[in-house]
Amino acid sequence: MALDSKIPNGPIADKWTNYKDHINLVNPANKRNLDIIVVGTGLAGGSAAATLAELGYNVKAFCFQDSPRRAHSIAAQGGINAAKNYKGDGDSVYRLFYDTVKGGDYRAREANVHRLAEVSANIIDQCVAQGVPLAREYGGLLDNRSFGGTLVSRTFYAQGQTGQQLLLGAYSAMNRQIGRGKIKMYNRHEMLDIVIVNGKARGIIARNLITGEIERHSAHAVVIGSGGYGNVFFLSTNAMGSNATAAWKIHKKGAFFANPCYTQIHPTCIPVSGDHQSKLTLMSESLRNDGRIWVPKKLEDAQAIREGKKKAIDLSEDERDYFLERRYPAFGNLVPRDVASRAAKERCDAGFGVNKTGEAVYLDFAAAIERYGKEAAHVKGLNENDKALVTKLGTDIVKSKYGNLFQMYLKIVDEDPYVTPMMIYPAVHYTMGGTWVDYNLMTTIPGCFSIGESNFSDHGANRLGASALMQGLADGYFVLPYTIGDYLAPDIKMGPISTDLPEFIEAEKAVVDQINKFINNNGKHSVDYFHKKLGKIMWNKVGMARNAKGLTEAIEEIAALREEFYKDVKVPGSANEFNQELEKATRVADFLELGELFAKDALHRNESCGGHFREEYQTEEGEALRDDDNFAYVAAWEYKGKPSDAVLHKEPLNYENIKLVQRSYK
Amino acid sequence: MKLTLKIWRQKNAQDKGGIVEYPIDGIEPDMSFLEMLDVLNEELINKGEEPVAFDHDCREGICGMCSLFINGEAHGPDRGVTTCQLHMRMFKDGDTIFIEPFRAKAFPVIKDLVVDRSSFDRIQHAGGFISVNTSGNTIDANAIPVPKDDADKSFDAAACIGCGACVATCKNSSAMLFVSAKVSQYALLPQGKVEATDRVLNMVHQMDLEGFGNCTNTGACEVECPKGISLENIARMNREYLAASLKG
Repeated sequence: MALDSKIPNGPIADKWTNYKDHINLVNPANKRNLDIIVVGTGLAGGSAAATLAELGYNVKAFCFQDSPRRAHSIAAQGGINAAKNYKGDGDSVYRLFYDTVKGGDYRAREANVHRLAEVSANIIDQCVAQGVPLAREYGGLLDNRSFGGTLVSRTFYAQGQTGQQLLLGAYSAMNRQIGRGKIKMYNRHEMLDIVIVNGKARGIIARNLITGEIERHSAHAVVIGSGGYGNVFFLSTNAMGSNATAAWKIHKKGAFFANPCYTQIHPTCIPVSGDHQSKLTLMSESLRNDGRIWVPKKLEDAQAIREGKKKAIDLSEDERDYFLERRYPAFGNLVPRDVASRAAKERCDAGFGVNKTGEAVYLDFAAAIERYGKEAAHVKGLNENDKALVTKLGTDIVKSKYGNLFQMYLKIVDEDPYVTPMMIYPAVHYTMGGTWVDYNLMTTIPGCFSIGESNFSDHGANRLGASALMQGLADGYFVLPYTIGDYLAPDIKMGPISTDLPEFIEAEKAVVDQINKFINNNGKHSVDYFHKKLGKIMWNKVGMARNAKGLTEAIEEIAALREEFYKDVKVPGSANEFNQELEKATRVADFLELGELFAKDALHRNESCGGHFREEYQTEEGEALRDDDNFAYVAAWEYKGKPSDAVLHKEPLNYENIKLVQRSYK
Repeated sequence: MKLTLKIWRQKNAQDKGGIVEYPIDGIEPDMSFLEMLDVLNEELINKGEEPVAFDHDCREGICGMCSLFINGEAHGPDRGVTTCQLHMRMFKDGDTIFIEPFRAKAFPVIKDLVVDRSSFDRIQHAGGFISVNTSGNTIDANAIPVPKDDADKSFDAAACIGCGACVATCKNSSAMLFVSAKVSQYALLPQGKVEATDRVLNMVHQMDLEGFGNCTNTGACEVECPKGISLENIARMNREYLAASLKG
C-alpha cells in the first residue's frame, strides 16, 4: 500500500484556506444522522468531542478515568504557543512555523506545521471566550513568556497549570454538549479493539471498567485521541494510566505506526530517588527562563557534594560550570529539550552529577532572586544593597511566577528550592511518534482518525515547549471538524450501523479471549514485575542515547520478556468486576509489542535527530548528526503479525519552504 | 519503617465491607503514600491475595483522582497536598494507619477505596461552562480585557481539582466549596456574566438533587482542600444565588 499524505497543492500559506474552500460539507440536518466515536478526552479528544457535537454530529466519548477532567493533559505546566505577536517582538505565523520545523529537527510535515501555526491564534481567542483564566498584565491584556527553542515571547500561560486550565476549558465545552444530550459520555471505559466493516472503521469494543462488561459501540467514524506511549519506559512523566492500547489496537488492524523511536526526554524532571519509584515528576520548562543550570567544574567537588561533604552554596561562581550557557551562548539555558537533556547526561556521564546516584544537575534560582529583588527594591525606593531585603523581595517574585512548582519540589524532595538549588535530570516525557495520518488526520484505516499526541504529524523528531497543547487543541477544535466532514459526506444516507454484524461479534470474541487468558493464567509474577523489566531495557538500551549493539540486544530481550509475560503473568480477581490488575495486564501486553517496534525503528534509522540520538552519528562536538540524503522521511510501519515482521513504508518529507540546515543554538 | 495498615475492603457497591489489618515492613520515608500501597499490593499479589483497589493517575498532585481518607483526614495529615504528594516521612516507624474511602451519600463506593464522583460531573453538565460556539470565530482575545486581580482570583477558583476532599471532610457532606469554585471562576470574568443567573441556579439545583448536604460554615473544607480553594468562594456563590433568586 502506497502512503498518500494528501497534502494540498499550492503555496504553503494558502494550502489550508484553499483546502477548506473545496472540501465536501455535510448539511446540518444530515449531521444528526451520523455518529462519531471519540476515544480519549484530553485536550485533543475533549475539544474534538465538544466541537463535533456543536456541529450537530452524535458523539460518543470514552475515557478510562472517572471523569474527562482527569485526562493527563491536565498536568501540562508551562504554556501554549500562539503567533499573536502581542509583544511586537517579531513573531508571525511564518516564524512559529519555522521554529517548530527547525525544533523538530526537520522531520515534521511542513504543511501540517504551517496549518498549526495558522490556527494557533484562534486557539487563544477560543479559550479566552470559554473563560479560561490565562495570565494577564496589569492593563488587563494577556501576558506571555518565552520557552526553549525560540527567541520570541509567544507562550500564553496560567501560572504553572496551563494544561489544567486549557483542559478544564475543553471539559466545560464538553459539559455543555453533554447537558444538551449531544455527547454521550462513557467514563471508566476502555477501548480494547476497533471494528472494521468493509474496510472502514465502524465501531469499537470497550470494557466497562466498573462491571467488566464488554460492550459493542458502532459509529460512522472513530477518532483516537488517546495520547502518547511514554509509559513503555515504566518510569515517565505520564500518568500511571496513560497507555498505548487504542493506538496499538488500530495499528494491529491496519493503521501504520510512524516514527515510534522519537521520544522526547524532558530535561527538567525531579531525579529518581529509589527502586520503589512509580513515576517521575516534571518541573516546567518555563523554569529555565530564570533558573541557571550548572554542575561543579572540578570532579572532586562533584564527588564531595555526592558524599554530602559539600553543598551547592559552598561553591563560588568560579567553581561552577554553567554548561548550557558555555556551550550555547545564543540560547543558553533556553536551548531545546533534546539539546538540554543530552548536555546534562553528558556532564553526569563524565562524573559531574550532584545527587547520590550521580544523575542530577542543579537548576539554580539564586541569580534570579537577586536580580528581581534588586529591581523590586529600586522600584520601591528601598536599599538595593540590603541582602536580606533583596532576597525576600526576589523570592516573592519568583514565588508568584513558579510557586506551585517550588511547592511540588519541596514536597517530593524535602528540600526548600528557594534556599538550595533544585536538582533535576532528564526523563521520558512526550512521544512524537504515533499513528501515521494524512493531512486530514486520517490513519491508513479509512474512517479512523488520530489526533493530538496519538498521531505523529506535527512535531518531527523533537517537540518544542508549549507546542503539544497547541497541537491537541488545534486538531480537536479546528482541524478534524473540517476534515471529518469531507470523509462523512458520502455516508449521510447510511443510517445507524448494527452492532450485530459478524465483525463486531468477532472483535468482541478476541477481546474476551485475551481477558480470559490473563485471568486463568495463574503465573508467578505481577504485571508490574514485567512492566518494570521492560522499562529497564527501554531506558538502558533505547533511551536518551542508543547504539546498534544495544538496540539489537533490546529487540531480542523484549521478545523474550513478552514470551515470559504470557507464560508467567499473574492477574488476580475475575473478569466481571472492577479489576485494576487486569487493566494493567492488557496495557502492558501492548507495551511489550510496541517497545520492540520502537527499538526496531531506532535501529534502522542510522542518523541522529531530535529525540533520537544514535551514538554512532554525532558531530565532533557531540551534537546530533542528521543524514538528510537517506533519512528525510517518515518511517511508517505496517503490522504483519508480530513487531519483528513489521514492514517499513516511507513518506518522503519535502521541504519546499524551509532550507534544511544543521540545527544550531550556539 | 514498619507499619500496621488498617484498610477498608469492600468487594463492590452491594457488599457491606469492613476494615482488614495488614502489617507492612521496609517502607522508606521517600516513598509517596501511593507507592507504599503499591508495595503492599505487590506483596498481596505474590501471596495470591487480591490487591487493594484505589484511584490514582497523574501522581503529581493535579488530576484529582486519588481520594484516600487517612487517619480520619482527606488526603492524610499533611496540608495542601493530594494523597500522591503525601510522603511516608510524615509517619513514624511503628505507626498504625487507617485508610478509608471518601464517604458521602453522593459518592457511592465502587470497590475498596474507590468511589464514584460522577455527581461532580453532573453538576458541571448543569451549567459549569460558558455557552460559546467552538467555531474559532470568536473575537480577538485581547478585545476582552480582564483586570489582573480578577483574572488571578478567577484562576485561584479554577485551580480546584475536583478531588472531593471538601465533601469527604464535611460533616454534612456538602459540595459547596467545589460548586462555588466553579461558579466563582466564571462570575469573576466578563465572559461569564451574561448567563450568570441561570448558571448558579442550575448548578445549585443539581447539587441538591445529587444528595449533597448543606453548608453550615464549619470551614473544614477549606482546611482540607489540597489546592487552597478559599471559603470566599462560598460567600460569592451565596451572593450570586441570592441575586439570581431575586431576579428569577
